[in-house]
Amino acid sequence: MIESFLYSVIISGTPLLFATLGEILTEKSGHLNLGVEGLMLLGAVGGFGIGFVTANPILAIFGGALVGMLGALIYAFLTVSLRANQVVSGLALTIFGTGISSYVGTIFVGKKMPEVIINFFKPFKIPLLNKIPFIGNILFNQDFFIYLSYISAISLGIYLYNTRFGLNLIAVGENPSAADSTGINVTLYKYVHIAIGGALCGLGGAYLSIVEVPQWQDNITAGRGWIAIALVIFASWNPYKAMYAAYIFGGLNIIGFRMQNLNFSQNLLDMLPYIVTIIVLVGSSIKKSKNNAPPKGLSVPYFREER
Amino acid sequence: MNQKVFVKMKDICKSFGSVKANNLVNFEVNKGEVHALLGENGAGKSTLMNMLSGFYKPDSGSVFIRGKEIKFNSPKDAINEKIGMIHQHYKLVDVQTAKENIILGQKGNLFVNNKKLSKKIYDIANEYGLPINPDKKIYDMSIGEKQSVEILKVLYEGNDILIMDEPTAVLTPQETKKLFQIIKNMASKGCAIIIITHKLNEVMEVSDRVTILRKGKTITTVITKETTPELLTNLMVGKSVNLSIKRPEVIKSEEILKVENLFAKNKNGVKVLNNISFSLYGGEILGVAGVANSGQKEICESIAGLYPIESGKIIYENDDIVGKTPGEIINKGISMSFIPEDRLGMGLVASMDMIDNYLLKEFHNQKSIFLDRNPILKICNKMIEDLQIVTPGVNHPVKQLSGGNIQKVLIGREINTNPKILITAYAVRGLDIGSCHTIYDLINEQKGKGVAIMFIGEDLDILLQLCDKILVLSEGTVMGIVDARTTTKETIGHMMAGGLNSKEAY
Repeated sequence: MIESFLYSVIISGTPLLFATLGEILTEKSGHLNLGVEGLMLLGAVGGFGIGFVTANPILAIFGGALVGMLGALIYAFLTVSLRANQVVSGLALTIFGTGISSYVGTIFVGKKMPEVIINFFKPFKIPLLNKIPFIGNILFNQDFFIYLSYISAISLGIYLYNTRFGLNLIAVGENPSAADSTGINVTLYKYVHIAIGGALCGLGGAYLSIVEVPQWQDNITAGRGWIAIALVIFASWNPYKAMYAAYIFGGLNIIGFRMQNLNFSQNLLDMLPYIVTIIVLVGSSIKKSKNNAPPKGLSVPYFREER
Repeated sequence: MNQKVFVKMKDICKSFGSVKANNLVNFEVNKGEVHALLGENGAGKSTLMNMLSGFYKPDSGSVFIRGKEIKFNSPKDAINEKIGMIHQHYKLVDVQTAKENIILGQKGNLFVNNKKLSKKIYDIANEYGLPINPDKKIYDMSIGEKQSVEILKVLYEGNDILIMDEPTAVLTPQETKKLFQIIKNMASKGCAIIIITHKLNEVMEVSDRVTILRKGKTITTVITKETTPELLTNLMVGKSVNLSIKRPEVIKSEEILKVENLFAKNKNGVKVLNNISFSLYGGEILGVAGVANSGQKEICESIAGLYPIESGKIIYENDDIVGKTPGEIINKGISMSFIPEDRLGMGLVASMDMIDNYLLKEFHNQKSIFLDRNPILKICNKMIEDLQIVTPGVNHPVKQLSGGNIQKVLIGREINTNPKILITAYAVRGLDIGSCHTIYDLINEQKGKGVAIMFIGEDLDILLQLCDKILVLSEGTVMGIVDARTTTKETIGHMMAGGLNSKEAY
């Protein structure tokens, strides 16, 4: 019972994990992208569309990431090059993404993913690792897309904390002027990381439409993008912590479904993830430490010659 | 390639909007030379150097490095030419360690070899006598330590042209001395060092040559040994200036405010004020000396009602004001102007204009629910005239004024409320000589009116010339109160370092 619940928690947390990782990377470059919901929807429709047309699972994944990345590049152009207000640009991106996905999605309504793709994303066991008692079966008997999310989280952590590029990126997000003075190409760093962040958000959406559901529905993300933004704060901008943050909320997402037969108010259960989001945000703003603080340059446009 | 002239800037022009910051500036620095760039606030010193470090692009003119003409498009071009700049506001990433800050933007392996890196940093640090802990986070560092990191950053890259923008503005006299030693050391190893400053004694002490800028133009370059501070001042200001500070005798002297046995702790539970007792007398200036963060800010804020006090009394007009709100304290006629390191952080709202900033302290006294700006407009215009504030108008956001003018607005506002007590902290921080004297005159004028003044300062020479008494702080403890007319700089320096001077204390 517990094991099968936790197994589903991983599945339900995966879209959140991708989106949270994407937003962490974006915010680390000093940009608050409130368009995560839009990017996820773009990725969902892009991944579904390409998967549906080509029946190729790898192209479907790439499609989701690419469409997310293109969406993020619009945001990057507005906020990095034109120094537009990040909050407004992000909200516009959400509205844009929602609209496009609905519009393009009308041709897919009620359609299912081709069998080839569904079969490709069947769970498979990872040798040795799945022998670990209890967690082996939960973590290492999943589908390819989920393994991709593990790899993303861990490599992002190593990238941020152990490589020169990560170090430089943190500097760009904290104090772009200091980074600039050491010869780092601030604009390039911002563009690249916003774009990769968008690709990760797109993957989050694509997981929903290609694997988890796998059928097209309008507004398939149902607010997960907004939760991901809160999870970034909950995870204190740390990709490793993003994993447990995403799985806790993945669990909250499905707990209502699981407890249906317990005769508990369904409406209350559905509210759970959102209530916990609020509690978490209040909690994390009370405890303040310099290591868990948002990047200092977050949502401040950078202009070298500003006095 | 043994070029003697390292840097040559020819006919440089740079405008910001309608303001010509640099107008046909010429500047030259040799190898192994310490070259001071001297000028008043807004003379264009920082602008010129920001162009040499690639931050600003010149509108016209040419730059030659080691005899070769170089076009600067970004800081990267400056780095390629081995030019390093230490900016007035340090460009460090707070959440990273010293080591991480030093290797930012450097080429190398994808993963950082920490051991090798630490060793290299220690080697450079030892060579120049810089104290450093490579694994300490910047936010845990003192100002002096941060500066060491900045210097190491420049040295680590192997730069031999070093620009320092007002390096001593935030240092204690001891730290300054050490810094000058390091600068001379670097020059003897063949570096060219440019120091931006407006402190004459430093120019005389450390530089080989001086270039003077005034209102965006090069005035002249002189050899330091062949000049005098008086001459330099005249060149800098453009007219002869009397360098001495007036100190009118105390006319009447009655106790206005008495602080008794004040204790306070900061957020982390560390004792910041330890049994502070002193009195402020009307018509008298009490100077406060001490190295940075010895409790100066906490004393100011305690009196103004902004800092939580653990125990102790602050008696004003037979009333203990501990526990009263800042508003009540202001209404009693206690006025504080605190100039923080960034000048704008406390007291003024940067993006608001002069009138609205004035209103912030005044609106309680207006009866209507709507604000009436007309009387304030008159006051502000008078303030501009009286204090010679340079501004396009009262409706101009204060952050666009130069530092000196911002400070005049802040102090002017405090004085205009006719306070009985005036507390000023770092009133002349970062100001040039002309503006400093305007502010000294303002303070002396208040003294003449019988206001009790507390003057927290950094420069001991000024404290000794302006104040009547000097209270010396060390780590939140009063080391003693001395008579400014008879004491010496050495005595105060000794007390600042923690030596108790019981004989002179009263």
